[in-house]
Amino acid sequence: MSEIALKPVALPAPIPVRELLPWAVFGGLMLMLALYFIGAEEGAASLIHGSYVHEFVHDGRHLLGFPCH
Amino acid sequence: MVGSLLLRGMLVGLVAGLLAFAFARVVGEPLVDQAIAFEDQQAQAAGEAPEPELVSRSTQAGLGLLTGALVYGASIGGLVALVFAFAQGRVSAFGPRGTAALIALAGFVAVVLVPQIKYPANPPAVGSGETIQARTELFFILLGLSVAIAVASIRLARRLMVRHGGWNAWIAGGAAYVLVMGIAFSVLPSVNEVPETFSAVLLWNFRIASLAMHAVLWTTIGLGFGVLAERRLIRQASGRRLAALAIR
Repeated sequence: MSEIALKPVALPAPIPVRELLPWAVFGGLMLMLALYFIGAEEGAASLIHGSYVHEFVHDGRHLLGFPCH
Repeated sequence: MVGSLLLRGMLVGLVAGLLAFAFARVVGEPLVDQAIAFEDQQAQAAGEAPEPELVSRSTQAGLGLLTGALVYGASIGGLVALVFAFAQGRVSAFGPRGTAALIALAGFVAVVLVPQIKYPANPPAVGSGETIQARTELFFILLGLSVAIAVASIRLARRLMVRHGGWNAWIAGGAAYVLVMGIAFSVLPSVNEVPETFSAVLLWNFRIASLAMHAVLWTTIGLGFGVLAERRLIRQASGRRLAALAIR
């Protein structure tokens, strides 16, 4: 009886860090870059000349709580 | 495995972004319009010429807002998936659905809720163009601090767990986060650029709408990704079992 009750639920094994690291570094960087374009490009810093990106995502930036003006 | 989790996270993030867009469109946009009306009124009273529209209001409130919400959603979904890939079976003792929900909850608190208490969302007409540099720097400093301190607090709680038990360990971890963030709040400068005649009700509604939009997005990611991740992990586990049977 107790054997059944205490039988651990099989949890998936952790993913080895060696397998995870390249994904975390490159994927993480790309995702952060995407966030930068939505949140801060042409605000405090600017990679592209002008203010089209800023104006285009203007409402999203305000509503998502990124600093804007 | 990591790649397929990442893809699932980003797909769920797109759905979450779509829901957040729908919410923002219905609840948030009327508030943005009210704030812009105030801004125009102020400019007119000051005798300033209206700024030329580079992007039309309907594009900003439509395609622009949709793009913002989708890219933000997909990015957060992807990042949650990467954290999940590390935490599953390592940091978290819960199943995939529980782990995903807890990561999204912790992410919402550390990335959105706590930083927004110090530097809340502002509608148009609030915030000057001259201080955008400083405000953006402070915003990201606080965001980075909040995430780093949250990670450190989770590590602290896990270290205390063996000797003091889970309940006490997580209370200690939470208290450490609140204490250090409280110090950060008092050290970092405050920003208040709300015009004196700006409606307090509109400001409050806008900030709550912003938080609610985030809540829609993060909740969808936490719950949706958990379901997809669990299916993926179970398929892998049963695949392994079948392979083992075949060898036998």
